[in-house]
Amino acid sequence: KIEPLKVTVDFLKVPLGLKKPPLKEALAALPGKPKSHILERHKPRRSDAMDNESQYSGYSYKSGHSRSSRKHRDRRERHRSKSREGTRGDKSVTIQAPGEPLLDNESTRGDERDDNWGETTTVVTGTSEHSISHDDLTRITKDMEDSAHLDCSRHLGVALGVALALLAFLTPLAFLLLPQLLWREELEPCGTPCEGLFISVAFKLLILLLGSWALFFRRPKAFFPRVFVFRALLMVLVFLLVVSYWLFYGVRILDSRDRNYRGVVQFAVSLVDALLFVHYLAVVLLELRQLQPQFTLKAVRSADGASRFYNVGHLSIQRAAVWILENYYHDFPVYNPALLNLPKSVLSKKMSGFKVYSLGEENSTNNSTGQSRAVIAAAARRRDNSHNEFYYEEAEHERRVRKRRARLVVAVEEAFTHIKRLQEEDQKNPREIMDPREAAQAIFASMARAMQKYLRTTKQQPYHTMESILQHLEFCITHDMTPKAFLERYLTAGPTIQYHKDRWLAKQWTLVSEEPVTNGLKDGVVFVLKRQDFSLVVSTKKIPFFKLSEEFVDPKSHKFIMRLQSETSV
Amino acid sequence: SYLISFSFQQRIEIHKLRQGDNLILGFSIGGGIDQDPTQNPFSEDKTDKGIYVTRVTAGGPAEVAGLQIGDKIMQVNGWDMTMVTHDQARKRLTKRNEEVVRLLVTRQSLQKAVQQSMMS
Repeated sequence: KIEPLKVTVDFLKVPLGLKKPPLKEALAALPGKPKSHILERHKPRRSDAMDNESQYSGYSYKSGHSRSSRKHRDRRERHRSKSREGTRGDKSVTIQAPGEPLLDNESTRGDERDDNWGETTTVVTGTSEHSISHDDLTRITKDMEDSAHLDCSRHLGVALGVALALLAFLTPLAFLLLPQLLWREELEPCGTPCEGLFISVAFKLLILLLGSWALFFRRPKAFFPRVFVFRALLMVLVFLLVVSYWLFYGVRILDSRDRNYRGVVQFAVSLVDALLFVHYLAVVLLELRQLQPQFTLKAVRSADGASRFYNVGHLSIQRAAVWILENYYHDFPVYNPALLNLPKSVLSKKMSGFKVYSLGEENSTNNSTGQSRAVIAAAARRRDNSHNEFYYEEAEHERRVRKRRARLVVAVEEAFTHIKRLQEEDQKNPREIMDPREAAQAIFASMARAMQKYLRTTKQQPYHTMESILQHLEFCITHDMTPKAFLERYLTAGPTIQYHKDRWLAKQWTLVSEEPVTNGLKDGVVFVLKRQDFSLVVSTKKIPFFKLSEEFVDPKSHKFIMRLQSETSV
Repeated sequence: SYLISFSFQQRIEIHKLRQGDNLILGFSIGGGIDQDPTQNPFSEDKTDKGIYVTRVTAGGPAEVAGLQIGDKIMQVNGWDMTMVTHDQARKRLTKRNEEVVRLLVTRQSLQKAVQQSMMS
């Protein structure tokens, strides 16, 4: 019972950057500063949690039914609700009831993140490393609890597609070759038209090969939860086509040993043409249909309300979800949990009225409940002035940010004046010539402190380690960027994809939808893309039908008069 | 301090002159609520959208009756002229069945004369 309290007190004792350790160590410890020892204590639990996630992260479809996922989700819900009033953001003291964790895996995601956080989250699933092709060919079953079975069905889909493609590709060749092989002596000689047809078959097959590779067999950009309906339909169509051609071929040509070889060649050419048309249909269905905008999707991030609008064409819900995600990573500013809540000082005034300390003394329970009820009633009657405090707190914060920003800009400008690019005519001894990395390190020291303070104030310090700042500085020096260009990355919160991959790019998202995800988009469809910390709520609206009418304006009809006093004689 | 405004108004009776098929009065008007008041050279207050006399033909009925250039016409035969469009004003003055028009005008020179006499 005393232990959590002691831990809280301990971390308050750790220096919060007030004395000046050597600069490099301070910055190296930037991400994981005072709470590092607490994190170590809880690391085992966190890695368990992450491992559980990685198991079902292969599918991005929400199933409410699997045991392990439900258990994990319940645990997460519980932890999340507790961490809300816990230690988010500022370093304030909260006295928790005994037995509950002081910092759980959700709240540590707040400010100082562990450097090793990236290692314990398993982002990549087995399938994404090994499978090189299809994302969404025919799925036989959707058994979510068996991820091995899922990999199997993905591979099965790929295999089916490849088999069908090979069949379709080799059939015309078979049509052409079989008569030659079986009854060559009886065949009528064919001559020039046949040769022309051979060439056309060859080139059409080549184009078909390249086209179907481009359309079907490239590395997918996402794993979809359900079968991609159009691809399945196209595969069925191709299969039927090929089978019906084989039937006709078998009956009319093989059985009767047709001697007109030109007819056979034309038959084969017609099959290739039909396949090309099916490929054309595939291009239209898979690529073109979605390009013409039909719907406007509004994506709102649940955590902080950042929203964007996108125009899409006819897509199924799962494809629209992938589209939204592709745009999310470069449009939405990065999710910063430290910026979410109102500062403690604003809300705590309200709470200070009725903080209840339960120290486990049984005989005083009656008194305490009576007292707490009275305190709560008194607090409710008290006038709520928290909006005032919020306003002043915000103004103060704004002022502080601007002051730090000014210092940072000046420091960086000054630092950049210390180096310049080596010109040919400069005579310098080799010891003084530096490569970009060394140049970056040389000028970094003078701006490091200002940078650290600024990042602290804007609560961005988990996103930029010293190494990343140095790398960015090296990059800017190499490309002759000005200080302002260097600072662009830090002064505004950029989109998620800008930050270091390992930390922020998580690939698994859960698609939550009331309608089946292979349904097409319609007006009013709402679906949610969930991550652990937040979710994107996407709603659909149909683009209105525009009635455009024409009005002809004669250029000579533009006439004007002066607004003067008219004078009329009477 | 108080502002006392005197409106000095004069009643003028004009007998229309017949010229062929028309009855003319012998002056020109400017102003109206549909006109630009800032262009009026005769008004003291440049937001005044009233009807002003802009020209008086020499020897015409208006000059004979005592109408002067720069007068603001307040009423014509009892009809108010301070809030009319230019065209409405013209129509009120040129009614075919009226041979006599009685105008109520106000004049700046009149005002100034009285003010000067009061101050001295």
